[in-house]
Amino acid sequence: MLDDRLEGAPRKKALVEVRGLKMYFPIHTGLLRRKTGDIKAVDDVTFDIVEGETLGLVGESGCGKSTCGRAVLRLYEVTDGSVRVDGHEIAHLGPNTLRRMRPTMQMVFQDPQASLNPRMTLASIIGEPLREHTRLTKPEQLERVYELMDQVGLNRDFANRYPHEFSGGQRQRIGIARALALNPKFIVCDEPIAALDVSIQAQVVNLLEELQDRLGLTYLFISHDLSMVRHIADRVAVMYLGKIVELASRDDLYGDPKHPYTRALLSAVPEPDPREESRIQRIVLQGDVPSPANPPTGCNFCTRCPDVMDICRKVDPEYREIAPGHFTACHLYCETTTMPAEPTAAKEAFEPIQQGE
Amino acid sequence: MMLARLMQTEGVWLFSRNPAAILAAIVTIVVVAGAVLAPWIAPTNPYDLSSFSLIDGLLPPLWEQGGDPRFLLGTDDQGRDMLSSILYGARLSLIIASVAMGIALVLGVSLGLAAGFFGGRLDAIVMRVADVQLALPAILTALLIDGISRGILPREVHDDLRLAVITLAIALSLWVNFARTARASTFVERNKDYVQAAIMMGQHPLRIMLRHILPNIVGPLLVIATVDLASAILLEATLSFLGVGLPADSPSLGTLIRIGMQYLLSGEWWILWMPTVFLVVLVVSINLLGDFLRDLFNPSLR
Repeated sequence: MLDDRLEGAPRKKALVEVRGLKMYFPIHTGLLRRKTGDIKAVDDVTFDIVEGETLGLVGESGCGKSTCGRAVLRLYEVTDGSVRVDGHEIAHLGPNTLRRMRPTMQMVFQDPQASLNPRMTLASIIGEPLREHTRLTKPEQLERVYELMDQVGLNRDFANRYPHEFSGGQRQRIGIARALALNPKFIVCDEPIAALDVSIQAQVVNLLEELQDRLGLTYLFISHDLSMVRHIADRVAVMYLGKIVELASRDDLYGDPKHPYTRALLSAVPEPDPREESRIQRIVLQGDVPSPANPPTGCNFCTRCPDVMDICRKVDPEYREIAPGHFTACHLYCETTTMPAEPTAAKEAFEPIQQGE
Repeated sequence: MMLARLMQTEGVWLFSRNPAAILAAIVTIVVVAGAVLAPWIAPTNPYDLSSFSLIDGLLPPLWEQGGDPRFLLGTDDQGRDMLSSILYGARLSLIIASVAMGIALVLGVSLGLAAGFFGGRLDAIVMRVADVQLALPAILTALLIDGISRGILPREVHDDLRLAVITLAIALSLWVNFARTARASTFVERNKDYVQAAIMMGQHPLRIMLRHILPNIVGPLLVIATVDLASAILLEATLSFLGVGLPADSPSLGTLIRIGMQYLLSGEWWILWMPTVFLVVLVVSINLLGDFLRDLFNPSLR
């Protein structure tokens, strides 16, 4: 079934394969700190990232997109599911094997201030991964650091300065240089531009694109900026309450959104042209996002969906391919809307709770 | 590095505007210097039985009637110079307190770092042990250790190990502060992105803790170290006063106070008062310094 889903994807090797990824955070309450539930931050997410492409991951605050990115990189102990990076299964690797896998995958963080150790100089920050994973001598390391600084457009004279002496855009360049140090294949960009000035955002995004072209990088680009994702991504996944509700190529998704949530999300993008703007029909969602600790029965979006049907409140829609390369999880596009969900799916959802103990 | 820079600018400026801190620093430096240099600057050696004579016993301080110019602060019943005894005693007290504080620091910070970094079961175990430790008064812990060591060690060995026993006892009652503070700060730092980035680099947890987290939590630990040094001195004095500390032939400040107690009502007040005042001044100065450091590292308290 999984292979069917990939039919429409470009005929290139998938560098990252995520299958049924679940990231639950336990809730402990009471005097004895008993586990009373889970926050289902990422709940059964499946996608591929093809070598050399940029997969945009969008969604509102708290929908689990950052958690998803970090879980894919194993910054968390994932609850369940499989993550294959470059052919290696990493979802349940032990710490030592995982450490050896780290060079392949890297991360660019949202807050460039917080992601740099305030007590280290730029050269030692960028050089640290080299010290950890290569056998370069000191001068060779420094040479590589200079090379990386050139690549991201940082002046070599800055090598002995501290992070607080730089602007936000420069700090993000430092973070990117550090991520590039070990020639990774896959980089998760966790809202890399959200903390930057608009004028700087374009510079950083252009730098990321340029590096992708030059080094053949593969990105998972997490953002809530729909226009920026439209600019940088080849394919886009939309998350809502821990699940991917729609995944399609950029043009398909922006041109012909299927899932009601995607439509609502896209209709919220501001339109600079006032004449166009007056023609846009905004879909305004009612209510709030339900708590990921207690998601609604059936479809996660059923509490706010403008096109809600009876079945949506009972059965969780299957995430399936409705057109070549276009995936969505919505009963509107299921022929078999009357069929109850597979019993195994419901069982699976509870198993990890026991495992998590 | 940032610490050094902070000290150069803001710290020095704030220090220069804080008379209590300046006074405390001067007193502490003078006292510590006096104690450390005791073998060279003290008029006599109170451990050398041949250097004093019973004839000089119970002489009052110099400014009192009957004072002897050889003995600035008077003598005790054995004819020992009080000033020398105090300097040597302070030296012993400071050594014990520093070593105990050092052990507590290393033990507490290691456990706290590990608990905060790894969380989970390790964290639960370490913190429950810390809770138990905290529920026992420091003095009780120290008495317990002293009692146990007395029970299991032969008498001569115990006498030889007295210094080690009391140091260990004090260290054990002080590590909790360090562990709790280190753990709380590590919790905060651990979730910051620079630590996540270090994990992404595949660095060994030990290296992440020592190189990334430790330098960023050192501020509050320094404050606790200062305050705990004062507590350690007091605790040592208390234990010696109660008689489980150091023996009378190598007196610390606490032992001197205990000896002086016997003369409290007999008119030879200086035997009690001189070491007591010295101890109070030393502890208050160190505490004032600790308060200053706390304010320096926690700007919201300024």
